[in-house]
Amino acid sequence: MNRCRWMLTSLLFISAWLAASAGALAAGPKPWQMNFQEAATPVMEDIISFHNLLLVIEILIVLFVLGLMLVIIIKFNSKANPVPSKTTHNTLLEVVWTVVPIAILMVIAVPSMKLLFFMDKAKNPEMTLKITGHQWFWTYQYPDNGDFEFDSNIVDEEDLPKGGKRLLEVDERVVLPVNTEIRLLMTSDDVIHNWAVPSFGVKMDTVPGRTNESWIKVTKTGTFYGQCSELCGVNHGFMPIRVDVVTKAEFAKWAAAAKVKYAGIQTPPKTAASATAKAIKVAQAAARMPGAHVLKR
Amino acid sequence: MSDTAHAGTDGGHDHSPTGWRRWAYSTNHKDIGTLYLAIAVIAAVVGGAMSAMIRLELTQPGIQFIEDFQFYNMLVTAHGFVMVFFVVMPALIGGFGNWFVPLMIGTPDMAFPRMNNVSFWLLAAALVLLVASTFIAGGVGTGWTVYPPLSNADFHPGMAVDFGILSLHLAGASSILGAINLITTILNMRAPGMTLHRMPLFVWAMLITAFLLLMAIPVLAGALTMLLTDRNFGTAFFSPEGGGDPIFWQHLFWFFGHPEVYIMVIPAFGVISHIISTFSKKPIFGYLGMAYAMSAIGFVGFIVWAHHMYTVGFNVETRSYFVIATMVIAVPTGVKIFSWLATMWGGSIDFKTPMLYAMGFIFLFVAGGVTGITLANAGVDQAFHDTYFVVAHFHYVLSVATVFAIYGGIYYWLGKMSGRQYSEVQGRWQFWITFIGVNVLFFPQHFLGMAGMPRRIPDYPDAYAGWNMVSSIGGLITMLGAFMFLWILYRTLTAGAPAEDNPWGEGATTLEWTVPSPAPFHTHEVLPDTSDLQAAE
Ligand SMILES: [Cu+2]
Repeated sequence: MNRCRWMLTSLLFISAWLAASAGALAAGPKPWQMNFQEAATPVMEDIISFHNLLLVIEILIVLFVLGLMLVIIIKFNSKANPVPSKTTHNTLLEVVWTVVPIAILMVIAVPSMKLLFFMDKAKNPEMTLKITGHQWFWTYQYPDNGDFEFDSNIVDEEDLPKGGKRLLEVDERVVLPVNTEIRLLMTSDDVIHNWAVPSFGVKMDTVPGRTNESWIKVTKTGTFYGQCSELCGVNHGFMPIRVDVVTKAEFAKWAAAAKVKYAGIQTPPKTAASATAKAIKVAQAAARMPGAHVLKR
Repeated sequence: MSDTAHAGTDGGHDHSPTGWRRWAYSTNHKDIGTLYLAIAVIAAVVGGAMSAMIRLELTQPGIQFIEDFQFYNMLVTAHGFVMVFFVVMPALIGGFGNWFVPLMIGTPDMAFPRMNNVSFWLLAAALVLLVASTFIAGGVGTGWTVYPPLSNADFHPGMAVDFGILSLHLAGASSILGAINLITTILNMRAPGMTLHRMPLFVWAMLITAFLLLMAIPVLAGALTMLLTDRNFGTAFFSPEGGGDPIFWQHLFWFFGHPEVYIMVIPAFGVISHIISTFSKKPIFGYLGMAYAMSAIGFVGFIVWAHHMYTVGFNVETRSYFVIATMVIAVPTGVKIFSWLATMWGGSIDFKTPMLYAMGFIFLFVAGGVTGITLANAGVDQAFHDTYFVVAHFHYVLSVATVFAIYGGIYYWLGKMSGRQYSEVQGRWQFWITFIGVNVLFFPQHFLGMAGMPRRIPDYPDAYAGWNMVSSIGGLITMLGAFMFLWILYRTLTAGAPAEDNPWGEGATTLEWTVPSPAPFHTHEVLPDTSDLQAAE
């Protein structure tokens, strides 16, 4: 009877969990989520399916060890087994527990390499998005769509629109076309940041002095969120990423309008040498984020 | 034989120093070991208080307590430094290593007693510098990895990072001296009959750890020096504007940093081997395999460093090499796990507190180890890098497993060190509270990481609230366990029952159990003949 109730509870829990994971198009984390955010690119789909393989193998290993330990606890406690054996060697056993893990690792290594090489670079990119990290906002540049660029800042809690996600909403969103192979080029003009969108399976450091490359091909329209994923200073937790993926036609319309809208925007300083400009940016960023305390320089 | 040894103990050396001089000027391996354990306990209180503040802020979404985010970043950084350099390393290497390496190999003291003293006081000075850095110019808010450019003079202009660098320099010098001492002692001063292949596994662990320290710390020292000159003397090792490269730092740091995790966990392997053998009343299964598995882990630990750097923009071939090399570590680790299980198999096990901690260690090390396999794969690591999944992984293998070895080791050897035995009932309660606490604390962080929550943020999107609350409750339970441990320690030292020379019976075969409890100021003045001792095989 008690067991019935327990099973019912866990069933409810599992179904709630499944319902939560099979969400709608608005990606982003869900309350009590226990697995990945919904995949929106082939790369993330492959990450999830490879991880499913890993998870099964790993759970079996843990259960195997746990099972052995339970047997040991039951059979070889000092009451059940007062006289200990003196066995300290068994060559066959030792060979087996060396060779079997090697075999398991080989099973893992093959799909691992396939995934790694697949996710590396875009094969035939149709457009490029250039991303520059700053303390503490992102600059996006569209070199193939009119070469405009704009800054994307967090929306403060008090300015949040109704239903907006705290710490995830930005003032100027990245807009990208669906089903388009897009090359991402990333750099930074101050410290190392990391541009990450879980649903895309993208996570790449933006390193000053380097340009890193990644790629996405988003297969679903909708809204996707991410956060800076490399500790970058005081407001590291407050430089979110929001990507709106729209149809190709909508994107073309948006890009044409954006080219006009962002035409007058001053380009941010490209080198860390321009210290004054950077100091101003730091001060501005600090002013935007109430409660943030910038280091005195 | 024991009569002569005892006579030697009582006569001749009755001029043992007393008062503060005994500790400040100490050249005695046991006193220095005690000092190391004491500094570890003090630092654990400091580091634990920092993690409590972190968890307190993260209990609910929004900013509740820590409005200064630089302070939050400083807490994250200092918590890491304190726990790694001033809790785990001093407890396992300085504390247990000093106490038990000479006792186990049957030698009166360490090879260089005065250098031993220097090692300890350098570490104490390092701790002072580190604590000082937290009060200067907002502290070091870079994470324990101290990545430039964030750690350079542009972004951390105050003196805090310089204090941190000097602290690590001193801690590093302390470790190198300690390592030289351990290597010399172990290679040259074993009792007659104790060949390398008959040496207790804890001594093997310390020997391997000492070699890791000797090879890894100088690389850290070089990197720190370059960072120091970048910050203060206008060099540009790590700044692209001057032709340097921030990624260069990451290579150097992780070339030290990855062996560092084995520097913390291999001594734990040693402790666990002894506890399991003792309470199973069986010699360790596959002794040679165990010793060489540790050596293999130590060696491979030096050629896998860039698996911490999969997202810096390496070419895909580099990453594929590091994936394969990293996964190789699972093989010797598996050998160790299965050999422990085989040691227990067929044993006649007493589930005393140290044994509970040893079994907890095995289970949790496996649980934390398998997520290591996940993270080793650069492909899926792209989803997990810098999320709470990583936090959960390394806390399982370090915070949980390594600290379990420290708890277990203290319970195991407390009678020998203090002459007083802890209360078994209290010890078991403390184990179960801690075991439940750490799992409630760290397991939900796997979910947070999978759902994408980044590390090192003082506030998080509201969706992550649930598991963060659970995690903080686990933190509270773990803290309860820690307080209970301090209380047990206090009760044992002040009012514990007298400990027998060998409280564990037939399973405890290593030499430290042949000397009285508490171990007298000088031991093994007449070298024990170990040619008939079956300590090893
Ligand atoms: Cu950032």
